[in-house]
Amino acid sequence: MANVLVNAPKTAKKGQVVEIKALIMHVMETGYRPGTNGRIIPRNIIQDFSATWNGREIFRMKMSPAIAANPFVSFSAVANESGIIAFRWSGDEGFLAEHQVAITVT
Amino acid sequence: MRGLPTAAVLLAVFTGSLALAQGDGRRSGYRDMSPALRKMQDDDTANPAMLFVQAGETLWNEKAGTAGKSCADCHNDATVSMKGVAARYPAVAAETGKPVDLEGRINLCRTNRQQAPALAAESDDLLALSAYIALQSRGELIAPPNDVQLAALRTKGAEIYKQRQGQLNLSCANCHDDNPEKKLAGATIPQGHPTGYPIYRLEWQALGSLKRRLRNCVVGMRAEAWPYEATEYLALESYLMERARGMVMDAPGVRP
Amino acid sequence: MLRRSFLAGAVTTTVTIVPFAAHATPDTLAAVIKEVTGGAPLREGKVTLDIPPLVENGNAVPLTVKVDSPMTADDHVKAIHIFNEKNPQPHVFNAWLSPANGQARVATRIKLADSQKVVAVAETSKGEFWSVHTDVIVTIAACIEDAT
Repeated sequence: MANVLVNAPKTAKKGQVVEIKALIMHVMETGYRPGTNGRIIPRNIIQDFSATWNGREIFRMKMSPAIAANPFVSFSAVANESGIIAFRWSGDEGFLAEHQVAITVT
Repeated sequence: MRGLPTAAVLLAVFTGSLALAQGDGRRSGYRDMSPALRKMQDDDTANPAMLFVQAGETLWNEKAGTAGKSCADCHNDATVSMKGVAARYPAVAAETGKPVDLEGRINLCRTNRQQAPALAAESDDLLALSAYIALQSRGELIAPPNDVQLAALRTKGAEIYKQRQGQLNLSCANCHDDNPEKKLAGATIPQGHPTGYPIYRLEWQALGSLKRRLRNCVVGMRAEAWPYEATEYLALESYLMERARGMVMDAPGVRP
Repeated sequence: MLRRSFLAGAVTTTVTIVPFAAHATPDTLAAVIKEVTGGAPLREGKVTLDIPPLVENGNAVPLTVKVDSPMTADDHVKAIHIFNEKNPQPHVFNAWLSPANGQARVATRIKLADSQKVVAVAETSKGEFWSVHTDVIVTIAACIEDAT
């Protein structure tokens, strides 16, 4: 299971714009670095990150090798309804990580 | 808590904020970083070191070894039992009667108490546990214990610190005592206090121990690094912690 | 990283040794921006790119991009594209947004191989492209670990 640290408020008022932060442990090997044997270490990055709120996409990001290791992303979302905010990361070497948080909107 | 005359004097000048320098002119490397990096360290929801802390908390509660014990089985809630502990290492281990650093202490527990294999140096698991334990000393004053063996190590460490070495013929003191806050190839030279270990070093793109950083320094100075198990590192760590006595821990730190 | 060596001899030549195949150039940068805009003009304004002007290490540079937009169904930012000038490849990230975001704001940490220009292009639901760029100076720690 991937090491993920998500920060989203547990409660919000309807219409409030909340900040959502997601941090995940991943080497984000660029594919441009030579290893100790002089050969290039193959690329191994997260390519896609997306978030849904009760199943509807609220954010999507395509990452490149220029995203720093242990990628951190912060974005905003309007709190409309209580439910589940789900996160998905996928990338090279079949990498897949998913995480969910619950939020109550009043 | 132990009484520490030096710490008491410093506390009178010192408001408890990590952002302030010591009244005596000592300052953490935290203060030498840009506001952007300080912000990265301060925000627990964005500090990459917190990924390791989270992993460490999981390991703390996981049973291991043939004894089938977790750290929690003996030490219960780390936020209570480990408070201030990282600020007091290197220390003398009861089992061996010899000085050991925090990572060494964790491995003594692994092998002696959990009957589990020792964790490899700089391994994710060992770093995670030391990050989780070090977090419990955040805001605490560095307070290395007093002991004859530690005193001897510190003396040795002080000698190494002042000893010129390598192709550049530099000693630690040349930069960190004689020229702190000045620039070296565009980078600000810190005073070199170990207040933030283990650190997430941007150069490593990973968390690492004080020992890794010291090897890094020695290689960076174009000197030959001592073998990994050499006592030089423990001597230097002991000296550095003594030199930083009374300073506030800001572990786990972010550093360039 | 770029290394320069000077050939001894009658003529002094600067040779750039690049351990990887190629790297982004101003032309590549212009090309990838055009892929996004289809040649539509880039307007200046509305977009702010918040990156420290001088960073201590290029491995993790904090970046926040914001676009001044009401984020309504009629008028919102559809996508934000970030490009660089001198990394081995010109992309940094693409982010797709909608009125569900409330604010057009993305923050992350990026890698910059050298001191260079970073460009942000925001695409709105009205088909407009707004852009800003900023120069970043990248320094590096003095004492670097050997790969061993």
